[in-house]
Amino acid sequence: MEKQIYFDHAATTPLCKEALEKMLPYFTEVYGNANSQHAFGREAVKAVDDARDTIAKIIGAKPNEVYFTSGGTEADNWALRGILKANEKKGKHFIISPIEHAAMLSTAKDLQKEGYVCDFMKVDADGFVDLEHLKTIIRKDTVLVGCMLANNEVGTIEPIKEIAKIAHENGAYCFTDAVQALGVLDIDVKELGVDLMSMSSHKIYGPKGIGALYVKNGVKITNLVFGGHQERTKRGGTTNVPATVGFAEALRIANEEREQNFKYVSSLRDRFIKRVLAEVPFVKLNGPSDLTKRLPANADFSFRFIEGESILFSLDLAGIAVSSGSACSSGSLEPSHVLLSLGLPEGLAHGSIRFTFGKHNTMEEVDYAVEEIKKAVERLRKMSPLFKEVQGEVKNV
Amino acid sequence: MYNEKIMDAFSNPKNVGEIENADGCGTVGNEKCGDIMQITLKIENDIIVDAKFKTFGCAAAIATSSTATDMIKGMTIEQALKVTNKQVIEVLGGLPAQKIHCSVLAEEAIKKAIEDYLAKKNA
Repeated sequence: MEKQIYFDHAATTPLCKEALEKMLPYFTEVYGNANSQHAFGREAVKAVDDARDTIAKIIGAKPNEVYFTSGGTEADNWALRGILKANEKKGKHFIISPIEHAAMLSTAKDLQKEGYVCDFMKVDADGFVDLEHLKTIIRKDTVLVGCMLANNEVGTIEPIKEIAKIAHENGAYCFTDAVQALGVLDIDVKELGVDLMSMSSHKIYGPKGIGALYVKNGVKITNLVFGGHQERTKRGGTTNVPATVGFAEALRIANEEREQNFKYVSSLRDRFIKRVLAEVPFVKLNGPSDLTKRLPANADFSFRFIEGESILFSLDLAGIAVSSGSACSSGSLEPSHVLLSLGLPEGLAHGSIRFTFGKHNTMEEVDYAVEEIKKAVERLRKMSPLFKEVQGEVKNV
Repeated sequence: MYNEKIMDAFSNPKNVGEIENADGCGTVGNEKCGDIMQITLKIENDIIVDAKFKTFGCAAAIATSSTATDMIKGMTIEQALKVTNKQVIEVLGGLPAQKIHCSVLAEEAIKKAIEDYLAKKNA
């Protein structure tokens, strides 16, 4: 296998060299504990403060509204649990979308066991939240409405501004998980009107193991991680100084290159989608068909009559890295909850593959992948008992 | 996740297809669960002279289908009925825990195809 092509940027991205360079001194030279009062500590805390300032400025927040976490998952856990626990006087009810990341869904499930009440907003076949439905299920005791800014699987960009408006009109907080959207869309927390927003570094060419939660000043939230006085006593644990530095640098670059990357990555994705729909029969594009309403890097297809994991490994053997929403790939018995929420039948959900492009990918790679997909799909369909060769016209579902 | 034997059986599966006018046919699993396995047999004097499969499923499902059909070729139906999923796993050099059910499907498909043959024979 000569070629190695990475089309799984929604899973993670390579660390950019600029971020790495900037991080390196903080492993061996500036190694102080950012909580120490001596010179070593002061130098470390200076780096963390600078990182916080950079991130805050880019998302339109104040530095004291940005709290570092171990990543997007912790930020999601913290936002949901912390808000509900701190605002029990108002109620125990919260609303989220059914296509949230597992970090949200699992936390919601756990909270339900503890007596909190969760309702789900409806989503349509493209994954867009039904705002009218939200208006009918929001209650006086609703504490929080949470929805991702953009979906990780099908790339749908949600109407967060409108969701926040509805939440606030009903006296509830609005949370958004911006893990997939950060550095890709132009995000301003004030403009969006959200009270909380989770972020992750490794999706934007930053290091793994670091993320942040934006908490608007004045919002009541309890701790998730208890410990020392780090993060203004809101999140215990020794600060991962090099990671905060890398995260901020990665976001700075992502923001600087945002428009050009958006344009370039969309061009790869658009050509890819166009070719797959034209050249592979019996394939369905999952998520918005209006490509301007989905993340620029995202393409998600269901290939009928075959199963996603076998497509994933066929492409892997051809040197192409992708991910699948099939049950076999997730390690669970159920296929992707996102695709099922969009109304896909199980068979199509099992046959789904997500392609997410990045700034280092090329058009040649896209074209090579299309050829390999055609081969893999044809080979697997020949093996499938569901595929009776269809004579004549080639149809897309 | 998968060893080389499994990946090889997945990339170069044997016995892919459907025997026309098969003496026995067994289909197990369903689309909802993400696995469907169909095994067709050609049987002469109670000996399996040919076996083919068609599978909708993951790499492990395809690999176990290929291996299982290969194992039963040349066996008497009595011998083939005794083939267990564990034997299929052994030939493949082990399966990840969450893929054991694929080998169970293969065992079931063989049994169902032979039962179909016996039912037709005794009809």
